[in-house]
Amino acid sequence: MELVIAISVGIVFGAGVWLILRPRTFQLITGLMLMSYAVNLFIFAMGRLWVNQPPITPVAGIDPTQFADPLPQALVLTAIVIGFATTALYLVIMIGARGLTGSDHVDGEEPRE
Amino acid sequence: MLLFSLIFVPFVGSLVAALLPADARNREAWLAGGVTVYGLVVAASLYPEIAAGEILRHDLPWLPAQGLDFVLRVDGLAWVFTMLVLAIGFLVVLYARYYMSPSDPVPRFFSFLLAFMGSMLGVVLSGNLVQLVVFWELTSLTSFLLIAYWHHRADARRGARMAFTVTATGGLCLMAGVLVLGHIVGSYDLDVVLAAGDRIRAHDLYLVALVLIALGALTKSAQFPFHFWLPHAMAAPTPVSSYLHSATMVKAGVFLLVRLWPALSGTPEWSWIIGGAGVCTLLIGAFAAIFQHDLKGLLAYSTISHLGLITVLIGIGTPLAMVAAIFHILNHATFKASLFMAAGIIDHETGTRDMRVLRGLRHKLPITATLAIVAGAAMAGVPLLNGFLSKEMFFSEALLVGSDRNWWMSAAAVAMGIFSVAYSLRFIAIFFGPPATDLPRVPHEPPRWMRFPVELLVLACLVVGVVPAISIGPILDVAVHATLGASTPQYDLAPWHGFNLPLLMSVIALVGGVLFYVVLRNRFDLHARTRTPLIYRFNGAQAYETVMLRLTSGAEWLLRWLGTSRLQPQLLIMIIAMLGVPLLLAGVPTQWTTIPRQGTDPLFALVWVIGCVCAVAGAWMAKYHRLAALSLIGGTGIITAITFLWLSAPDLALTQLMVETVTTVLILLGLRWLPPRIEAKELETPSGVWLHRSRDMAVAVAGGLAMAALTYAVLIHPASDTISDFFLLRALSEGGGSNVVNVLLVDFRSFDTLGEVTVLSIVALTVYALLRRFRPAPESTGVPAQQGHSLDPASHQTPAEQANSGYLMVAGIYLRLLLPFLGVIAVYFFMRGHNLPGGGFVAGLIFAVAILVQYMLAGAVWVENHLRVRPHRWLAFGLVLACTTGLGAWLFEYPFLTTHTAHVTLPLLGDLHLPSAFVFDLGVFAAVVGTTMLILVALAHQSVRAHRLPSEEAPQDSRRPS
Repeated sequence: MELVIAISVGIVFGAGVWLILRPRTFQLITGLMLMSYAVNLFIFAMGRLWVNQPPITPVAGIDPTQFADPLPQALVLTAIVIGFATTALYLVIMIGARGLTGSDHVDGEEPRE
Repeated sequence: MLLFSLIFVPFVGSLVAALLPADARNREAWLAGGVTVYGLVVAASLYPEIAAGEILRHDLPWLPAQGLDFVLRVDGLAWVFTMLVLAIGFLVVLYARYYMSPSDPVPRFFSFLLAFMGSMLGVVLSGNLVQLVVFWELTSLTSFLLIAYWHHRADARRGARMAFTVTATGGLCLMAGVLVLGHIVGSYDLDVVLAAGDRIRAHDLYLVALVLIALGALTKSAQFPFHFWLPHAMAAPTPVSSYLHSATMVKAGVFLLVRLWPALSGTPEWSWIIGGAGVCTLLIGAFAAIFQHDLKGLLAYSTISHLGLITVLIGIGTPLAMVAAIFHILNHATFKASLFMAAGIIDHETGTRDMRVLRGLRHKLPITATLAIVAGAAMAGVPLLNGFLSKEMFFSEALLVGSDRNWWMSAAAVAMGIFSVAYSLRFIAIFFGPPATDLPRVPHEPPRWMRFPVELLVLACLVVGVVPAISIGPILDVAVHATLGASTPQYDLAPWHGFNLPLLMSVIALVGGVLFYVVLRNRFDLHARTRTPLIYRFNGAQAYETVMLRLTSGAEWLLRWLGTSRLQPQLLIMIIAMLGVPLLLAGVPTQWTTIPRQGTDPLFALVWVIGCVCAVAGAWMAKYHRLAALSLIGGTGIITAITFLWLSAPDLALTQLMVETVTTVLILLGLRWLPPRIEAKELETPSGVWLHRSRDMAVAVAGGLAMAALTYAVLIHPASDTISDFFLLRALSEGGGSNVVNVLLVDFRSFDTLGEVTVLSIVALTVYALLRRFRPAPESTGVPAQQGHSLDPASHQTPAEQANSGYLMVAGIYLRLLLPFLGVIAVYFFMRGHNLPGGGFVAGLIFAVAILVQYMLAGAVWVENHLRVRPHRWLAFGLVLACTTGLGAWLFEYPFLTTHTAHVTLPLLGDLHLPSAFVFDLGVFAAVVGTTMLILVALAHQSVRAHRLPSEEAPQDSRRPS
């Protein structure tokens, strides 16, 4: 499991890095989305992997070692929602810049080549 | 407190003055005058204590952690300067009332002037060197503002910039010098520093401190080679020149030198640096003054020269020289302020300051002429006027320098005397001769109260010149005693000391000056010279401009070579740094302990094969096919959600799933505004592009590898102890919920969540605001080609028609039925959130999706006619609810956002536990619904709007809002 997660995080992150280095705004936004998946998974993995042990404590007086780590989960939940807001903001800037500059290049103008 | 009010009241006055209406000339003057009179009364009331030799102190804690106090300290020297600043200030306010024209924005003038007065008093009264530097810089700043008062004039802006650059740079040097001094002494307190003179002079860093402090003082007092800013500062209104640039601010430099005289002086370095700069300034200033054509220019160079004289005396540094220096500071302030005011009157009355044009003014302005001639004589050092006394003292000190063999100092002193007589004559000459006929305005005597300050100052020149011992004697004595302490010399203030060498020098200067002026005027055509002979090459202003130009072009060069405004290189460098820097910082890991791996589930591996393929394919397709790329990336998002579910994070899985849905809809709405997709076959790739791509690919692979390695390294490592156990153990017992993640969000870390929903609301409003000004690209405004085809049933129906009676009728019925169901599901997830997966975030997103589905089905127009969604209100309601829940805790005297759990037994429903976190979660729910709806609806409305806007070009579009 660890290896699968590690490789997957690597591939998704790499694809994201490739995309954010591209010149088109749409590529940038997709790159940021992929990177945020990878980073969220990475932060989540900081709590180690637990199968079938969700942090839901039905009774008091439990053994905390038998439950998944709730802290990274809470942080990632926040990150996911904030990620949505960032994507929305970026998207609006993207289409706004496209309308203003007439170009969907990340610099707002086509490169002179 | 009384002391504190001395500084505080001018600043308050400045604030009040700024708020008065623009035409309130009289009110402004009354206010400024009142502030000044208050200061004068307070300062005068301190005289008995000061005269008795006391030092008044008032300490306020400022930065106690740094050992810095805000100290006000009044000794004799500070008191005399305070009186000088306030007295001249009062006269300048009175004068300015008549000088400023009704069309000038007067509030700004008086506001700056009062702020300057407060800053200058701060410099004078500071008992702490760091505090002194702060006020010092404030005087530079207010001086800048006052010079640039007429900021529509280029010379005013240039002069202000130059003055500020030079004096503020000097101020920074002073700051450094003060820090060095504080390091040597171990304290910034003035009393401690002044008492540690021997220790300072013996210290290795003495020279450093001296040079830095001298740089501060010399720039401020316009000493060579920094003197060039002062003539350019003459672009300021004349009251400012009179007040700041002759009487007070430029004296701050020499004041500081006098102030620190006990701590720093008495070494050859002191004499050479301070005295050397002073001698150069004195000669250059006096010489250049003769060749000015502008009245104020002449006075400016004369001021430079007189400041040089004071600096030389301080550089000589003997107790008698210090007496002469302080005396000359007072004398110069008196006659120069009056001369500037007289120059202002002449400018005001005749409309010009050009001495080549002005002549014979005594006929039209007899009183002003008399006053100016007397003040000019004081400047020249004519006996029975105050300038004579201190110049005499200067001559006798100059004689002592270099003892019997070296006479250069005396020669310089006499030369300066000759020059100053010459330029005083040049100044006075405008009153004589036949009346000028080509003046821009016919001159009249100024209003009574405009001339009054000049009269008062000239009277002071006369009184001090005739009976110095009883007029200025006691005041000077107070300042001298405070500076020199036990080493105060015997000195005699009298106009007549018998026939001696200094008197001879004065006579030579007077006679030589007259001869020199006559020769220059008759033989060298003084009026036609456009530049100062001999020294015009040493043009400080030119050097300054050159340096500024070099700095600017150097900065541009650096920016061109080191900076870029392009995003891609920036991101590339950032990623490379992210990859490289941790490698440099990380040391060798101390030990590798691993934990047993979890067994790999083949299904999980398969799921991620799909996820990775989606990600890579999405990256590939993002260029050619946006819709495909979006779907593929959404696929990776779904796989991520599955992973969360698999690995015991049901809340995350739910949130990820809903966010994924909403994000996809969001980007789908945005796709419409992007340019047409690039066809793969259109692309011809130049060879350079392949290089870029390989480089990016290498970076991407390296980044992926690094991330994978890091993840793996962490995962096989045992977890360290965190605070997670605390949450797991307390969630149920203290938070009242068994879903630890939700309790974390709404209870333990609810402040964090409050911040988060606030950010969400801000983003939503920003998106809304940005879209209000949205202008689509011209080719995106029409109906997209996909919808325009005539075979498409959508091409001749509105979305509402399609859903109600068109080809989407079946789907329409189903999806409308979905709304209540989704609503119930949202409520369900919300209610159970505290104990089972769910909560405000998820429920909010589900509810938003429920409404979005209706929008997607029937279009914005139809939905909004049938369902009033007001995202702004949801947003406001959510935030207010969350905040009031938090504030509610205050009623029970608990900290903000403390949760309370109530247990209620209701019939039918049974035992309910109702934590206040539940209400908070409701606020989160509402804010999330509001945010999501506001963003998506605002975006969706762009299509409706864009169709409506260009209706003239494409009338058929208005029929079909999407």
